[in-house]
Amino acid sequence: MTDKKKELKPNTYKFDTLSLHAGYQPHKNAGSRQVPIYQTTSYLFDDVDHAAALFNLERGGHIYSRISNPTVGVLEERVASLEGGTAALATSSGMSAIFLTVMTLCEAGDHLVVSSQLYGGTVNLFRLTLPKFGIKCTFVKPRDTEGFKKAIQKNTKGIFGELVGNPGNEIMNMPEIAKIAHDAGIPLMVDATYQTPYLCKPFEHGADIVIHSLTKWMAGHGSSMAGILVEGGKFDWMQNDKFPTMTKPYEGYHGLSFAEEFGPTAFTMKARAEGMRDFGPCLSPQNAWNVLQGIETLSVRMKKHCSNAEEMVKYLSNHESVAWVSHPSVPDHPDHELAKKLLPNGRGSMIAFGIKGGKDAGVAFINNVKLASHLANVGDTRTLVIHPASGTHSQMDEATLKFAGLSHDMIRLSVGIEDIDDIKNDFEIGFRAARKPRLVSNQ
Amino acid sequence: MKFKVNNHEVFASTGGRPFDKKKPLIIFVHGSGLTHMTWVLQTRYFAFHGYNALAIDLPGHGLSSGDSLKSIEQMADWVNDVIDAVGHKEASLVGHSQGCLVTVECTSRYPDKIKTLSLMGGAGAIPMNPELLSLAENNDPKAVDLMMDWAHGPAGHFGGHPVPGLYHINTGTMLAKSRTIQNTLGVDFRACDNYKNGFEAAKKIKCPTLSILATDDKMCPVKEGKKLASLIDGSQVDIIDNCGHMMLLEEADRVLTVLKKFITTNYPPLSS
Repeated sequence: MTDKKKELKPNTYKFDTLSLHAGYQPHKNAGSRQVPIYQTTSYLFDDVDHAAALFNLERGGHIYSRISNPTVGVLEERVASLEGGTAALATSSGMSAIFLTVMTLCEAGDHLVVSSQLYGGTVNLFRLTLPKFGIKCTFVKPRDTEGFKKAIQKNTKGIFGELVGNPGNEIMNMPEIAKIAHDAGIPLMVDATYQTPYLCKPFEHGADIVIHSLTKWMAGHGSSMAGILVEGGKFDWMQNDKFPTMTKPYEGYHGLSFAEEFGPTAFTMKARAEGMRDFGPCLSPQNAWNVLQGIETLSVRMKKHCSNAEEMVKYLSNHESVAWVSHPSVPDHPDHELAKKLLPNGRGSMIAFGIKGGKDAGVAFINNVKLASHLANVGDTRTLVIHPASGTHSQMDEATLKFAGLSHDMIRLSVGIEDIDDIKNDFEIGFRAARKPRLVSNQ
Repeated sequence: MKFKVNNHEVFASTGGRPFDKKKPLIIFVHGSGLTHMTWVLQTRYFAFHGYNALAIDLPGHGLSSGDSLKSIEQMADWVNDVIDAVGHKEASLVGHSQGCLVTVECTSRYPDKIKTLSLMGGAGAIPMNPELLSLAENNDPKAVDLMMDWAHGPAGHFGGHPVPGLYHINTGTMLAKSRTIQNTLGVDFRACDNYKNGFEAAKKIKCPTLSILATDDKMCPVKEGKKLASLIDGSQVDIIDNCGHMMLLEEADRVLTVLKKFITTNYPPLSS
């Protein structure tokens, strides 16, 4: 027998194990196997010295649940571990995570380059609300990689986009846009809600900050609002003079320089110490616990979401009532090859399709499906449908709708994990109604 | 803060407080391939309680310029130069892992200058696994992944960091990958492997010494740490249960509590 030398291999826990265990040690929590819900506002100090140490960031620990909470802390570590990040900060919603990210990065007078294909609420934040804080944005179509470069100005502090745009499924070329950002000395921030870390880990493709609406696939059951920002830890805030609030002494913490003191976790530390203190969009421990329950089955659910989505793509592509289908798994999708590279575990469960007959047909379809739920959410275990032009993106004018790649015949479908035949049967009801909208519509 | 030693710029975190020559000096020396960042949950406390806490980046590491020093003896002399460069006549030293070899050697060479010595995850010698050494010298990121795996105890692999939201295995990985691996970790591992004087150096140490060891430390096991401590007159030993080699992150609070008591007793702060 030959004596084969065993190759050294790291035995750190893998994705499915981290989904269940990361961030939590039962022996430090009375042996409780499940993560306890710390339903409390505040935490006892051992003595005055301990209190001062916590307030001065001299040691880790909890002061007040607006800033941090042990249950929420488990969720934060768990998502950081799954993303391959150094640290994370959970918030009350995905929108508050985006807002906190921008406010941690920018000051009045700063500028951002932003993908044009975003959730409608995010578009309004960047287009209408942030200018009120003196932060301006230039929108660029997600496939216009060179456009991102051209839009960078002297006062640009970062690039922001959804990896797969909502709702048109256009994919940002994340590795190339990351390079553009890094060549300009600014970070790339990516909303990866549609993917979850099961489908894509943006840090491996150059992103610096990843944001999730945890409300969607991560929690997965349509029960709880939550958001999170995750830090990759690679971005060097001290490489230029663009980020004085990260690198210069901060009056709010005795002259602390976040970049010097906290290095690869500096952004999260600042977002918590300043943002949660001053804005306060904290996540409730009950909601954090609900999201943790969802994350325990993330990979199991995502596999089913993706397999059902691919079945639905085939079904819709061959349906007489469907004008077009957009999903990265479709070979003629413009980003099909990029999707294979960035989304190796599946292309996600969001489908956009055009219904023949335009807006009226779309309305009839939405009004008549029985199993699919008509609501303003995605990433539920249940199948969801909406007509963006009259729903999620209804606050946009015609020109903005067009720039965001939206058409009046578009239906956004978030494929659930029901039996695939039941979803198809339900859609047949909707399509029949769409073909005769006036006879069958219930409105 | 930044200052120069041997014409090279050195970065040292001051724990968020301005450097003040009147205050006693504590120098924290990081382990192989790492940076000042590993000490963030110890330095800030001392900085706010009457000390100059300097968490240095060794040459070629973190934010310090120059090339990495190739031997533990060179690093020990360099730490002595740091004390001179910041205008102090004495200091208390705290080391982790490779930093223990450096601070033991430094204390034996400059006994009049070093007032207390605190060793975390220390041993008299740290021979390297040849394959790990080869990976690091060949710039293979797997060296960092292996180090982070072995350096964290079973509990540490789950996380549960005292700083909310911080996942320490990934943070440690990012620190070790922040510069070119072969120029930091590779050089450091070789220096550890070559260093043979730890036990002899320990016998010369007369200042108060503390060894903090961890039951699940695979890189510098308790047995090795105790062996080193037994050679230092009057050395104290504190053992942390359910913790690995990265004790200063895995059990940051426990480490700070033990360190605080030892240093404030043996090297009092400047009273306010």
